[in-house]
Amino acid sequence: MKKITARPYSLRDVPFHYCPGCMHGIAHRLVAEVIDELGVSGRTIGISSVGCSVFAKHYFNVDMIQAAHGRAPSIATGVKRVLPDRVLFTYQGDGDLAAIGIGDFIHTAYRGEKITTIFVNNTVYGMTGGQMAPTTLIGQVTKTTPFGRSVEINGNPIRACELIAPVEGVVYVERVSLHNPKEIIKAKKAIRKAFEMQLNGVGFSLVEALSACPTNLGLSPLEAIKWMEEKMIPFYPLGVYKSPAGVV
Amino acid sequence: MRRFLMKGNDAIGEGAILAGCRHFFGYPITPQSEVTHYLAKRLPEIGGLFMQAESELASINLVFGAACAGARVMTASSGPGISLMQEELSFLAGSELPCVLVNIMRGGPGLGNIGPSQADYFQATKGGGHGDYHIIVLAPNSVQEILDIMKKAFDLSDMYRMPAMVLADGIMGQMMEPVVIDEEKSVEIPPRPWATTGRDYHEDRNEINSLFVILEEMEEVNLRLLHKYEEICAKETLCEEYMLDDAEVALVAFGTVSRICRAVVDKAREQGIRAGLVRPITLWPFPYDVISRTAKSVQCFLAVEMNMGQMFEDIEIGAKGRAPVYHYGRLGGMVPLAKDILEELKKVSERGGTGQ
Repeated sequence: MKKITARPYSLRDVPFHYCPGCMHGIAHRLVAEVIDELGVSGRTIGISSVGCSVFAKHYFNVDMIQAAHGRAPSIATGVKRVLPDRVLFTYQGDGDLAAIGIGDFIHTAYRGEKITTIFVNNTVYGMTGGQMAPTTLIGQVTKTTPFGRSVEINGNPIRACELIAPVEGVVYVERVSLHNPKEIIKAKKAIRKAFEMQLNGVGFSLVEALSACPTNLGLSPLEAIKWMEEKMIPFYPLGVYKSPAGVV
Repeated sequence: MRRFLMKGNDAIGEGAILAGCRHFFGYPITPQSEVTHYLAKRLPEIGGLFMQAESELASINLVFGAACAGARVMTASSGPGISLMQEELSFLAGSELPCVLVNIMRGGPGLGNIGPSQADYFQATKGGGHGDYHIIVLAPNSVQEILDIMKKAFDLSDMYRMPAMVLADGIMGQMMEPVVIDEEKSVEIPPRPWATTGRDYHEDRNEINSLFVILEEMEEVNLRLLHKYEEICAKETLCEEYMLDDAEVALVAFGTVSRICRAVVDKAREQGIRAGLVRPITLWPFPYDVISRTAKSVQCFLAVEMNMGQMFEDIEIGAKGRAPVYHYGRLGGMVPLAKDILEELKKVSERGGTGQ
C-alpha cells in the first residue's frame, strides 16, 4: 500500500482542543507542512497569541513562545534581532492582531521586520465566549452586539490586508480562506510564499486566513461555511494584496 | 583599570556593557533619557544592538523576545513607562525569563514631574503586574555602585531566571562621580538550554510559556516560584549597616537619601546622639533580618524616604513591634535636607521607644 499522506513532522502528535468545524486545525497543518517542505523546522520559532489559538504553542513541533495579548509581533522581533538567521512566525487571531495588538502589528510591519504573520480571522472573539471583534461584520450578532454590529456605535470592521499592504517594508500580503479544499490549496501556497519572502530576507509578510467559528456563530459547521461564502468573503475579498514583482 | 568622571545614567549603560549585555530596547523618558543616548552610541560600536521602540509596551516585549532567544538584554525607563511595562513584567516572571530593567524614578502619580523621587517603591517591590510573583530590586547609592550593581542585576537575573530591576532616582541618574572601571574581568554568561533558539540548537523542542490552565499545574508553578523566592531571600539579601552597634536611633534609607542620612548620622554623633543607618541595597528581598536584629537594640527607627512612607511598611514588618518606626519624607520631587532630617532625628530620639 502506498502512503499518500501523513502527519507533518512539524506538527506534534497531540489532540487539538478546537471545537468541531473550527479551522485552526487546518491552518496549523498548512503552516506545519510548509515548515517541513522548506526544511526549516530546526530553526523555526513560533509565537502563539492569546485567544483560542493560544495552545498552538503546544501543537507545533518547533520551539514555541506564548505571548501576551497582541504582543506576538514585538516578541518575534526581539527573537529575530538576536537570531537573524532563524525563521519566525506569529500565529494570531483577529482579537489579538486587530484589537489589542494592532499597534505592535503596524509598527512591526513599518519596520519591515523579516517575520511572517499568520492571521486567522473568524470575525469573533472565540475563547472569551463570542464577543465582537474589530473584524465583526456590520449587522453581525455577537454577545456584545446583541442587536447586530452598528457603524454608529462600533465603527467599521478592520481589514488587515488592505491596511498593511501599502506599507513600505511589507513585501507579501494575501487573504485566503479555509472554507473548501480549493481555497485550502491556495492558502497553503500563500503561506509558503510568505515564509519564502522571509527566507529571502526581504521583509514582513502576512497571510490572512478567513475561518469560521461555528460555536460562537451558533451555526453548524456546514452552515458556517455557507455563512462565510455569503457574508464574509464579499466583505473580505480574497487575493494577493501585495507581492514583489515576479512573484505571483 | 581606568578612572573616569561619569554620569549615573551613563554608568547604567556602561555597567550593562561590562556585564555582557549587547541588546537594549527602550524608549526615551526623562530623567532616564541619557541611558538611551549612551547605549545608542556605545552598543553599535561593540557589535551590539540598540533599538528604540514605539512605546514602553513594545520595548518590554522586544526584551521578552530577546530573552527568549537567550540574550542578555535590558531596558530602562521611568515611572510612567515602567507602569506600561507591568503587563509584560508579570509575563516575564511567569515565563521565568531573565532580563534587567532600570527605573530612574520621578515624581508622581500620573505624569507627575521629572524631579527625583522614590515613589515607585511599592510598584517595584510589591508586584505592579498581576499574579503571584516577585522581581529582584537593587538600589545603588553612588555612580560606582551603579556600575557594579548592573553586573549583579544581570547575574542574579540569570541565576534565578527572573527579571531584576535597578531602582534609582533622577539624582542618581544625573549626578557625576569618579568611577573605576576594571576591564580585566571577563564576563561569563551562563548557558541557556531552555531558550527558544530553534530545535537544531538544543535538545528536543523548547516552549516558553506562562499559561497553566490545569489548576494543580498552576499551583505547582506557583510553589516552584515560591521556593525560588524563599531561596533568594535567604541568600541574596544585601544591606549596608553604619554605626549600628551602639545606636539608639536607626535611620533607614536607600538610594540618594541614604547618602544624606549617612552625613546626618555623623552630625548627630558629633552632637552626642547615638544614631546609626540601615541601608537596604536589595529592596526585594528586603533585609527584614537586619531590621529585626536592630529592633532589639535601638529605641526607634526613622525611615527617611522621598515618598509618603512606602519602605516604612517593610521596616514595620521587620521591627515586629519591638521598636516604633517613624517616617520622614519629602514628596513631589523634593529631596530631604540634612538639617531637616537631623531635626526629625532629634525629635524621635526624644520620643524614643515610647511610640508616641
